[in-house]
Amino acid sequence: MIIQGIAFYVFAALLVASGVMVISARNPVHSVLYLVLAFFQAAGLCVLLGAEFIAMILVIVYVGAVAVLFLFVVMMLDINFRELQAGAMQYLPLGGLIGVILLAELAAVLGGWIITPAAQKIASAPAAAMGSATNTEQLGQLIYTHYVYLFQASGIVLLIAMIGAIVLTLRSREGVRKQNVGAQLARRREDVVAIRKVPTGEGV
Amino acid sequence: MDIGLGHYLTVSAIIFTLGVLGIFLNRKNVIIILMSIEMMLLAVNLNLVSFSVFLNDLVGQVFSMIILTVAAAEAAIGLAILVVYFRNRGSIRVEDINLMRG
Repeated sequence: MIIQGIAFYVFAALLVASGVMVISARNPVHSVLYLVLAFFQAAGLCVLLGAEFIAMILVIVYVGAVAVLFLFVVMMLDINFRELQAGAMQYLPLGGLIGVILLAELAAVLGGWIITPAAQKIASAPAAAMGSATNTEQLGQLIYTHYVYLFQASGIVLLIAMIGAIVLTLRSREGVRKQNVGAQLARRREDVVAIRKVPTGEGV
Repeated sequence: MDIGLGHYLTVSAIIFTLGVLGIFLNRKNVIIILMSIEMMLLAVNLNLVSFSVFLNDLVGQVFSMIILTVAAAEAAIGLAILVVYFRNRGSIRVEDINLMRG
């Protein structure tokens, strides 16, 4: 139990610290790397909670896809980040005020949080029925039965995102010589080859 | 040193607030704003997972995966828009994004 507590505080402290560094690092590449660190700490917290599948999905999707995408974009675009950084501190009082208010509100809500016994009884139905199956197995049994439409809908969301990203970034450049298969196949011998009868000693 | 639901909710509340603060601090830099939004979604995910575990209801984790999907889609589309915008204007300053006078 004490090891769990220590692990929680280590993960939580690193998560908050890397979250602070994400929004305050001067170099956006460092921001992305701190974001990766934050995702790893969140995955650690999920493992601590016993939600192993979500933890692994966090690492795969967030670190493997989203953060790497951010890294690619940050490195590909030629941006003067010094100029973007200028004047960031002038927003600190307003942002800090809003942050403090938000945190106070969240603390007020969470401080008075009580779970009624009735809600507890209603809530624990699906997982309790599956007994001692592993987390992944339980999730699979839930996703592919009760929530199959939601599963399909998220697939469609990803498909639309993929098509949208491709359509947005695709461009046809002028002046690039590429193979045109259609034109090649449409060429006929009669159009391009001419046979001439050349008289001897006169040339064409 | 018993770690309860409140501990996890506190951590995710702090991360969410950091995301909001990041949007205010880096108002000129769209990339950092997108990263802050990712961080807020991460906080929401953590919230859902911890409630799901402490209430012994797996549905929270199912919805956490849906949020993950939407976050990935949002990042892909957002960064694609960013790349196209940079290609057209040569800058990603947020103040310059006023072509439609909205």
